[in-house]
Amino acid sequence: MNSRLVSVMRKEFIQAFRDRRTVIMIVVMPILQLFLLGYASATDVKNIPIAVWDQSQTPQSRALLDAFRSADYFRIAYAVSSQAEIQSLIEQGSARAALIIPPDYDRRLLENNAQVSMILDGSDASVGATALSVAQLIGQSYGAKIVEEQAALQGRPMLSASPLQVRTQVWYNPDLISAYFMIPGVIGQLLFMITTVLTASAVVRERERGTIEQLIVTPIRPWELMVGKITPYVILSFVEVIEALIIGHWWFKVPVIGNLGLIALSSGLLLLSSLGIGLFASTVAHTQQEATVMVQMTMLPSIFLSGLFFPIDAMPRVLQWISYLVPLKYFIITLRSLMLKGAGLGTIQNQVIPLALFGFIIMGAAARRFHKTLD
Amino acid sequence: MNETFFIEAENLTKHFGEVRAVDGVSIRVKPGEIYGLVGSDGAGKTTTMRLIVGALKADSGECSVCGYDVKKHIEDARSQLGYLSQRFSLYEDLTVLENIRFFAEVRGLKPDEWLPRSLEILDFVGLANFKDRRAGQLSGGMKQKLGLASALVTRPRVLLLDEPTTGVDPVTRQDFWQLLIRLVSTPLHLPPNSENLGGVSRRDEGGVAVLISTPYMDEASRCNRIGFMKSGRIIAEGTPWQLRDRLTGRVLELRGSPLNVLRRAAHSDPDVEDVQAFGDRLHIRVREKKADDVLSRLKSRIRSAGGTIEDLRVTSPGLEDVFIALSEASNE
Repeated sequence: MNSRLVSVMRKEFIQAFRDRRTVIMIVVMPILQLFLLGYASATDVKNIPIAVWDQSQTPQSRALLDAFRSADYFRIAYAVSSQAEIQSLIEQGSARAALIIPPDYDRRLLENNAQVSMILDGSDASVGATALSVAQLIGQSYGAKIVEEQAALQGRPMLSASPLQVRTQVWYNPDLISAYFMIPGVIGQLLFMITTVLTASAVVRERERGTIEQLIVTPIRPWELMVGKITPYVILSFVEVIEALIIGHWWFKVPVIGNLGLIALSSGLLLLSSLGIGLFASTVAHTQQEATVMVQMTMLPSIFLSGLFFPIDAMPRVLQWISYLVPLKYFIITLRSLMLKGAGLGTIQNQVIPLALFGFIIMGAAARRFHKTLD
Repeated sequence: MNETFFIEAENLTKHFGEVRAVDGVSIRVKPGEIYGLVGSDGAGKTTTMRLIVGALKADSGECSVCGYDVKKHIEDARSQLGYLSQRFSLYEDLTVLENIRFFAEVRGLKPDEWLPRSLEILDFVGLANFKDRRAGQLSGGMKQKLGLASALVTRPRVLLLDEPTTGVDPVTRQDFWQLLIRLVSTPLHLPPNSENLGGVSRRDEGGVAVLISTPYMDEASRCNRIGFMKSGRIIAEGTPWQLRDRLTGRVLELRGSPLNVLRRAAHSDPDVEDVQAFGDRLHIRVREKKADDVLSRLKSRIRSAGGTIEDLRVTSPGLEDVFIALSEASNE
């Protein structure tokens, strides 16, 4: 292997491990962020205050409410008797959601086509989205329980369809299966943030300290310097992905159904973008501080427009358009469907292709600029 | 005669916008020679060096290092050079040895060569005992020596040093120059049985060619040759002796009191070009062949102004006198 390349890489590794800031970013921050956001998002969806309009007032309807109560996610805070009451409670923010049980609930449950409706407050999207999925889950499992009970009681054959449907009235429909949709997002955000910041400052550091001039006059080629400086951070980033997956999977019990190879591939494509952005910033900035500020400017839109916290579908049209320029968005969508749904390459290609495209463009531009500043 | 030059720069020119930072500079440095670039800040010394090492591209002119054209064969040229930039700094978070190793490897030393060579060069500059210390914890002088060591570790045949001793204490400067002189006078940084290192044949070895810039006149006087730069040009070049010779017989040294009376008297003489104070004495530069006239006129003038003369005579000019004269000449 190219020995100049190896020595640049060795040097970067030594420097990365001697720099306390870098070590903290690589080792401590993922753990901290995963736990903070993992738990913050988990407690968020507990005890959501809801209003209930039970028009049925039967043992069957009360049993459904018990199912909601025991699930811990909802707190039945109000019992109301009109649509107007629901509206005012949700407008005030006193209730985040409302459950409406129709008068013919008990009868239709016997006919196996009962419907209840759930109105969700879309203004707090993360709560709303979670509430929505939880409500559906409760409906499903409760429905399944009824089927089992009926089958046992009456000796009827088990039905495959659920007798109960929770119909929701939120016009966005977040793509989510479990309450832990946060973890894949956090992994993406961490990967993106750490690699951009570290690459940018690793390159700028040379210029700030004046060592770049020494490097220029050695026979090293620009690509060797660039690859040599970036590779250690690529390796560290993959270590980080693994660290985050392990914590996510073993601690937060987030399923990792998808192909690990595909996860690695899409992480690699995200790295292409983040390293490219970092490298690009480093060719523009003169000090590490400047580089950090620049990187942060790309970070904020990335975090908010990537669907990490807020569903993109719920955003105004203009922001949705802008979100097409956010590589992190493609990655988070990909990682969620890989981890949670076990999606295959065919399903994620609509995300992977733009992610790759973005990565190659920004990396290409950064490499050109990097090359130029060395000349 | 068939003289070889390790550095050959012809008519280098570099503009920064409207400013001509380097304006037709030609420099040739032989093996075993220390060539000093002197001149005030902004005269173009650093830019000249950066053109020679290829860190900047010249607008026009030719430059080669050890016969390799800097434009066409930059990597070959660079494998022959060691360069210490003005703001030289090391990786402060790496140890002395790690720093040297990095530069050694990046500049082409093989995995089995770098260690013995690094230890040898650290020994040469006197840092052998500090090899495991972080560079950030070295004193200023030691950092400078480490810089020199990392520039020398691949045995370059050409060494470019941009104000390497600025801000370094006099004792360390002295050490530094001793190292330089040892370096150029003997091929001593060559182990006895290595003919070939880093792909460079050393058979024609005479010594290293050094191009150094310095603001210190005492350092300039140690160089084999000096080029004096002003506004991007080399306006005078020669050995220290040749340069001093330009003013031989034209500098008077005057001691006496009170100094302000002496100074006023000297200034009022029509044949006096310049008066500079050096401690308790004045150096008076006079027009060519006017030394005797001025000498006799000054004596009477000072007495009539009420001053006393302890000593007044023609003295041998220092480089400082020469540079002041040169700076003024090109201003006119």
